[in-house]
Amino acid sequence: MTDLTKLTLKSAIDGLKARDFSSEEITRAFIANIDAANPVLNAYVVQTSDKALDMARASDARLARGEGGALEGAPLGVKDLFCTDGVQTTAGSNMLRGFIPPYESTVTANLWADGAVMLGKLNMDEFAMGSSNETSAYGPVKNPWKSKSSNADLTPGGSSGGSASAVSGDLCLAATASDTGGSIRQPAAFTGTVGIKPTYGRASRFGMVAFASSLDQAGPITRTVEDAAILLHSMCSFDPRDSTSLDVETPDWTASLGKGVKGLRIGVPREYVVDGMPAEIQALWDQGVAWLGAAGAEIVEISLPHTKYALPTYYIVAPAEASSNLARYDGMRFGHHADHFTSLNDLYEESRAEGFGKEVQRRLTIGAYVLSAGFYDAFYVKALKVRRRIAQDFDNVWDRVDAILTPSTPSAAFAIGDKQIDPVTMYLNDVFTVTANLAGLPGISVPAGLDSGGLPLGLQVIGKALDEATVFQVADVLEQSAAFTARPDKWW
Amino acid sequence: MAIDAATVRKVAHLARIKTPEDRLEPLAQELNGILNWIEQLDEVDIDGVEPMTSNVSQPLRLRDDVVTDGDKVADVLSNAPKSADGFFVVPKVVE
Repeated sequence: MTDLTKLTLKSAIDGLKARDFSSEEITRAFIANIDAANPVLNAYVVQTSDKALDMARASDARLARGEGGALEGAPLGVKDLFCTDGVQTTAGSNMLRGFIPPYESTVTANLWADGAVMLGKLNMDEFAMGSSNETSAYGPVKNPWKSKSSNADLTPGGSSGGSASAVSGDLCLAATASDTGGSIRQPAAFTGTVGIKPTYGRASRFGMVAFASSLDQAGPITRTVEDAAILLHSMCSFDPRDSTSLDVETPDWTASLGKGVKGLRIGVPREYVVDGMPAEIQALWDQGVAWLGAAGAEIVEISLPHTKYALPTYYIVAPAEASSNLARYDGMRFGHHADHFTSLNDLYEESRAEGFGKEVQRRLTIGAYVLSAGFYDAFYVKALKVRRRIAQDFDNVWDRVDAILTPSTPSAAFAIGDKQIDPVTMYLNDVFTVTANLAGLPGISVPAGLDSGGLPLGLQVIGKALDEATVFQVADVLEQSAAFTARPDKWW
Repeated sequence: MAIDAATVRKVAHLARIKTPEDRLEPLAQELNGILNWIEQLDEVDIDGVEPMTSNVSQPLRLRDDVVTDGDKVADVLSNAPKSADGFFVVPKVVE
């Protein structure tokens, strides 16, 4: 019999609808995988197996009546950043340990309305601040992939490391994730999966634990481009409860698949060649250009001159917004409350020192610094101006190109512990992804090849605002051309 | 504009994070490393550029000024570390 846990989301939905297998069967298969793998991979921080089986049986009843939504009966994982009614939500932080939201995020509510089944909550870097899942209060997630040349445990990337590891390790059909500087696309690239961050405002931020509100955006991590088109459609909606939610139609992005790229103009930005980039990454990028050229696209060399300033800009804007957002954790209304304190101020300071991990404290300190009197203009306002320059770089090329092709990451997955010495080294992981967040543009990572150690590498397609359709069109051709079928060998 | 331990002490207080004395110097070094890297923004010509605070160009929506939610005292208090009689319990702040 087919291993149900290896299906794509699309084939699982089709199989469920055709009653080839039941939702309870596929849900039990995933629960068995999670029970066996999670002590090693650490992808889930909460398993909701009983709830999953209840949801699965309800889906089976609907399917038996010939009813059901777009995701009916499909078992999914949810990043621990999305508030789930009655199920602990911590954003990977001790600050929120034990926090049980009395409400549901809009994104997850959309999934359940479409019939999806929740397997549990997925591990992540604390408050999404990290690129390796090592800042999680629950300990690091392990990547199902290992290099041929070493037995070292690798990170699945971050911050959506649990989501990427679970999709890659057959612990869910697909997963929700979120992306503030690359937190969907970098882990997708590190695990041979597909991840898309849509245009800012497509997916509601209501009920997502906030990191940097002008950058945070939800999206899926999946096994195929088609799966990403399906799940993203379900996640996105106009939501009056999010003031930056866009009141626009959510298109059927599966209509983009199979269209080809003939006549499309693909931009290749020369500034994305960075110092010390491995030859393998350049070769993969060249290969991607060749694939799209062979499929009939016109390749256009472009310049995005402010690219190198994107990461330093991000490391002012994101900590500043985080410093403001995370001020809500005061130890009074929810979250960790220190037992011993001498005054009100002391209670704030003790609760936050005990509840927040090291990287979060570091970023909140930077945020408070760049917003403080005397430095606000020199750092924060300056960064906002450079941010506009970065966004203008993209505006200036859209009359000449329809989409942009870049590598997703400057390297393949690295070993746990490898980049903890210096924060800036870790931050450089997001060098290719962060521009899309600053400019609010959609970006997808598609697995496109393996490095010399047999580890997956991804290519990124960036599109115009609200033009995910073209992004999916190009991603589809990359997926077909790469014919990426490699899977990690099961060692866990 | 290097950050010293005294600045870290001040900023940590602004961020309301208790930071032990022996952490101030290492934290100052870390922050200086990050801020030195950030200083490359000085190279960018930003004359006449408007600060970009949002990716969304549409004006904020307005809605009718009516109650749309509420009457959820138990929900609101359900995660409170301490509560009593429908209120949050906090340390005494006014003598």
